[in-house]
Amino acid sequence: MSEDKAPLSDERMQTMYRDMLRIRRFEETAFELFEQGEVVGGIHVSIGQEGCSVGACSTLNEDDAILTTHRGHGHSIAKGTRLPEMMAELLGKATGLCHAKGGSMHIADVSKGHYGAHSIVGSNMPMGVGIGLAFHFEGKGQVAVIFFGDGAANEGSFHESMNLAAIWKLPVIFFCENNHFASSTRVGYATSVADISARAGGYDIPGVTVDGMDVLAVHEVMVEAVDRARRGLGPSLIEAKTYRYFGHSRKDPQFGPYRTEEEWNEWKAKDPLLVAEKILGVSEEEKKAHDEAVENELKDALSFARQSPEPEPDDVYEDLYA
Amino acid sequence: MPEVKMRTISYSTAINEALHEEMARDEKVFLMGEDVALSAISPATAGLGDRFGHERVRNTPISELGFTGAAVGAAMAGYRPVLDMRRIDFMMLAIDPIANQAAKLRYMLGGQVSIPLVIRAPEGGGSQNGPTHSQCLEAWFIQVPGLRVIVPSDPADAKGLLKSAIREDNPVLFVEYRALYSLEGPVPEGDHTEPIGKAAVKREGSDITLIGIGSQARSCLEAAELLAGEGVDAEVVDPRTINPLDVEGIADSVRKTGRCIVAEEGHKSGGVGAEIAASLQEAAFGALKTPINRVAALDVPVPVHTKLEAIVLPSTEKIVAAAKKVLS
Repeated sequence: MSEDKAPLSDERMQTMYRDMLRIRRFEETAFELFEQGEVVGGIHVSIGQEGCSVGACSTLNEDDAILTTHRGHGHSIAKGTRLPEMMAELLGKATGLCHAKGGSMHIADVSKGHYGAHSIVGSNMPMGVGIGLAFHFEGKGQVAVIFFGDGAANEGSFHESMNLAAIWKLPVIFFCENNHFASSTRVGYATSVADISARAGGYDIPGVTVDGMDVLAVHEVMVEAVDRARRGLGPSLIEAKTYRYFGHSRKDPQFGPYRTEEEWNEWKAKDPLLVAEKILGVSEEEKKAHDEAVENELKDALSFARQSPEPEPDDVYEDLYA
Repeated sequence: MPEVKMRTISYSTAINEALHEEMARDEKVFLMGEDVALSAISPATAGLGDRFGHERVRNTPISELGFTGAAVGAAMAGYRPVLDMRRIDFMMLAIDPIANQAAKLRYMLGGQVSIPLVIRAPEGGGSQNGPTHSQCLEAWFIQVPGLRVIVPSDPADAKGLLKSAIREDNPVLFVEYRALYSLEGPVPEGDHTEPIGKAAVKREGSDITLIGIGSQARSCLEAAELLAGEGVDAEVVDPRTINPLDVEGIADSVRKTGRCIVAEEGHKSGGVGAEIAASLQEAAFGALKTPINRVAALDVPVPVHTKLEAIVLPSTEKIVAAAKKVLS
């Protein structure tokens, strides 16, 4: 039995819970700052989808790669991205991960194996295949995980990327967070299949649908896919069904023409943090300790960001050419 | 300095030599593209698959978006991919990874990555291949900060600039002119490189400057020969790279001659010639005795019929006619 297949230790489960909380509270804080006008540019929060990011990234090593999307705060944090520098990027500071050039939609921390949030829907998939190809050349058993939404599953890049990864048996995991809405277009309208995982069949790779509100269920299917990739057996497609609590971006309404409050409440009853508390066995006392630690961490991150300088005019030419 | 030994080889052989030498020099360099591993398909990639194996000389499916994006990813992860696009027209399926990603990632990610990627893009008309297999599209890409765009017009530059492109840590669009593949010329033996961002005077003269891009640098040289027969001493300047554009290098020639034609195989509107003409009037307006004249493809698609194609594309004769007009 490989280490990843062993039962999770209590310590790891506590870490998973805390990471979910870190994401939830980071994004709530970021959204408040956004509403107060302190964030430079737009943000897209993934609140409601924390089971996916933590379930998936909890199976990875630091030298494994992820690529995410415009809705990427959760994956970034779950992969170990430095929070102070991430918060500084949201506030448009020179100390930000992207030197205030990329903003929320391009958070990256390559030192932690985070190869970037990529804001053009579907663009990260071929690039993830290329990182998988580099890992294949290196032969050290690293894997590349590509996060994307249900909307991206209708891009040509999704199909080309799955085909390339399949024919070359690359260590790549296509992780679809089906949050049911591409901006405001419902997945059932835009997508020819009931389960996006069914599209794996077209490329003769494993495809599985999992409850994205259940962090352990996500973790378990990822363990299988990661093991397969590390052993050189090729890519997998995972579809985690989840729900976006907030609007698409900025100040889009939470409800409105494309969904009802009833549907929203049904999903909220399965909130990934509530589920995690139960299945990971987090006691009231532990919860309190996590709350306190996370608030302190966020306070420090925000204070770092607020105290950081803005970029200088000359910085406009920096980082263009190597 | 030791004497540099020259020999005569073709443009496509020069490209082939550069690929062989750079793959042998740096194991991070690898090739991808449709049919690249099969020597029979293109003289530019001959022998590479057999020599370096099909892992490093990697055939791809017809999947331009997929394999171009993959090359950008591999570059982010420390490799130096060289892509073969077969034709620049096919590259239109892969604009996102080039213009949105490769060109911007380093900037957008605050310098955390570099993208040492070379995209070889053969292009050009004259072979009755019609509107979607004859285009010259380099002008599109000077609108994309973050890319280098290289347009070699002879075997020595093809080899020297491709080797420099592969060693460059930024994404490079390396345009090859299909009409020049069989052109022969002198190329230094050994590790010959040329600097990116330096124009070259290909023929010295004093009456008029003919600036030619890629295939039209050849046409300018031929035009200069014809003009010499009529007593006109034309200088031919090849920018060689159009991002960065060596404005000073070009302007020096115009300051000397006071007259200028810019010739390119791309369409006239919004073309490389338009950019060069604008840059020259900013840099050397006082030296110009006459307006700058552009020779380019007409603003219609390149039709397949031989007669119609010749009407649309620029040529030596059109450059001669433009020069005479400017000199009259």
